[in-house]
Amino acid sequence: MQNRVFQLLVDNNAGVLSRISGLFSRRGYNIESITAGVTADPRFTRITIVASGDEEILDQIEKQVAKLVDVRDIHELKPEKSVYRELCLIKVKSTPEKRQGVITVADIFRAKIVDVNVDSLIVEITGNQSKIEAFIGLLQDYEILEIARTGIAGLGRGSEDVIYLE
Amino acid sequence: MIGADAMVKCLEQEGVKNVYGYPGVAICPFYNSILESDIRTVLVRTEQNAAHAASGEARVSGKVGVCAVTSGPGATNLITGIATAFADSIPLVCITGQVKSELIGSDVFQEADITGAVESFVKYSYLVKKAEDIPRIFKEAFYIANTGRKGPVLIDVPIDIQNATIKNLYYPEEVKFRTYKPTVKGHIVQIKKVIKELEKAKRPIICAGGGVHLSDAVAELRDFAHAYRIPVVSTMMGLGVMQTKDPMYFGMVGNNGNAYANRAMNESDLMIMVGARVADRAISQPDLITTNKILVHIDVDPAEIGKNVGPTIPLVGDAKHIFKDFQKQEFTCEHEAWIETLESYRATMQAKRNPNPDYVDPKEFINLLSEHMQDDAVYVADVGQNQIWSCNYHIVKNGRFLTSGGMGTMGYSIPAAMGAKIADMNKQVVAVCGDGSFQMSMMELATIMQHHIPVKVIVMKNNYLGMVREYQHYTYKDNYSVVDIKDGSPDLEMLSAAYHIPFLRVENMAHAEEKIQAFLEKDETMLMECLVDPYDLVK
Repeated sequence: MQNRVFQLLVDNNAGVLSRISGLFSRRGYNIESITAGVTADPRFTRITIVASGDEEILDQIEKQVAKLVDVRDIHELKPEKSVYRELCLIKVKSTPEKRQGVITVADIFRAKIVDVNVDSLIVEITGNQSKIEAFIGLLQDYEILEIARTGIAGLGRGSEDVIYLE
Repeated sequence: MIGADAMVKCLEQEGVKNVYGYPGVAICPFYNSILESDIRTVLVRTEQNAAHAASGEARVSGKVGVCAVTSGPGATNLITGIATAFADSIPLVCITGQVKSELIGSDVFQEADITGAVESFVKYSYLVKKAEDIPRIFKEAFYIANTGRKGPVLIDVPIDIQNATIKNLYYPEEVKFRTYKPTVKGHIVQIKKVIKELEKAKRPIICAGGGVHLSDAVAELRDFAHAYRIPVVSTMMGLGVMQTKDPMYFGMVGNNGNAYANRAMNESDLMIMVGARVADRAISQPDLITTNKILVHIDVDPAEIGKNVGPTIPLVGDAKHIFKDFQKQEFTCEHEAWIETLESYRATMQAKRNPNPDYVDPKEFINLLSEHMQDDAVYVADVGQNQIWSCNYHIVKNGRFLTSGGMGTMGYSIPAAMGAKIADMNKQVVAVCGDGSFQMSMMELATIMQHHIPVKVIVMKNNYLGMVREYQHYTYKDNYSVVDIKDGSPDLEMLSAAYHIPFLRVENMAHAEEKIQAFLEKDETMLMECLVDPYDLVK
């Protein structure tokens, strides 16, 4: 089992996301994360999917997704040639005394405190997944109340793979 | 003009001649508008069979089959037919009525989320939101259904859209897709590689699948196989690509196929798999077709190549184009010894049967039937033991052999035969089913009579759901469970009389030939009951 990051460019049609996720579920493929958002051209949506499976399955995923009528392009975002980012919001239980400790850790990771309450605060961190995992690991000393992660969004480096839209 | 008029005009523009279906309120505007058109409507007796009939027409005509049903239960009844067409890559456009746009999602009477429900069985689906979109959507739907790897497309049209006024209808000349662009021509580098390997091969073989029919490449494949004397085997869906008696044809592969065909495939050193998806029933051990051999896999669907087996030379494209390109290459290949080997396998490895003389022997009966059928007749086999006997013993000449291969949908033969006959009224069309599958679509006898569709129906009656009985015989040591249909089955002679259909019964082989001749003599509907030994087996 390995993970592979795919970038998709799809027609921004009604139901396009369900067609893609439906394909994954009915063929038994695993989605680790999926993020979608409209591109600069509102006719298209860019989707980043992290899928897991063995080599053959991952190749099949690429072919089966490419077959969908709404899918204009799918290609792998290779780690060495791409930038991946994920945003994560973490709600930590913290009394006023403990608050400074959290802030210190957050500073080291260039995370931001985006909400403070009497007994909790929310930290926002953006980065690749290993950075986020490391950050969450360091917060184990505190009580994490809730986590919301977006899943990764990615782009290839440079302008080679850019698709110019008619 | 209203949306429904536009829908009908679009069908006319696509050259549609027949629409199979069943009305209901939500599709009534469409069925009202179609009265103004020359398009023929065929009222089936249950919606599933509208899709099967459209499938039968599509397979014989090579064009898109069309069916139109109402919302809710009408649409959900269609699903099995759509899934059947999808599994065999048959091009259909299925039109469903839908409740008023503003009511969608509120669970009103006869509402079903049909685009959601068929998602995994269609190539694409549309829910029409504006009447102005009708021409574009219809144009796209027909294009998607009948290009690349063919398949069903569903268009769901809410009743208010069908009734909405459209100012003018502009039917687009061509489709504009940013996304959907199937590969048709095979890559010349890959084609040259195949030819190079063919020159070296000592034991080449072609395995032809249903895709050869779908791309209308039968003549091209036959020419190529004959020109270079390359032996051909076929899958169930590829039956009829070669004439059964063609000296270069070596049978059907798979666990229900001929032993000599499987042996030929396994012993080859180069196999050209064309328009076949290496499905489990055809190729039960995919590794056998890759070890010690060059595997060339030709398919219009790139996702099929490498799905079940990794080929040495993948070749994406349409079979017709690719075989034409093969013919343009200059090369020689010599393998007479291999052909002699295969001929000896074919002569010595025929399955042995011990027919019970008190009953009709399916093998002898189907052989006789084939001999007497017209050269270009269409034989539609249902699903069950009758299907396997039909595959093994029907002798295809220049006609077609149709069956539900991928989905194995019982009840397919009678409605598909109706569609096949309507596609070409000059052709003789025979549906062969078992007494189980017959009862799944016997209501269509009414459609046959009402619309004067002279198809012939043969029921192989053994009072069992024979295929499952056979499985229980081998797997559960004759502990039969819910397979006995003797009690309750109708008297087919009386049933035929009720529909005013002439009837013939064949009890054993004694007078079978005369009865077959009488059965086939006139171009009119007739029902023939063959009494088959309840304990007969396909293997």
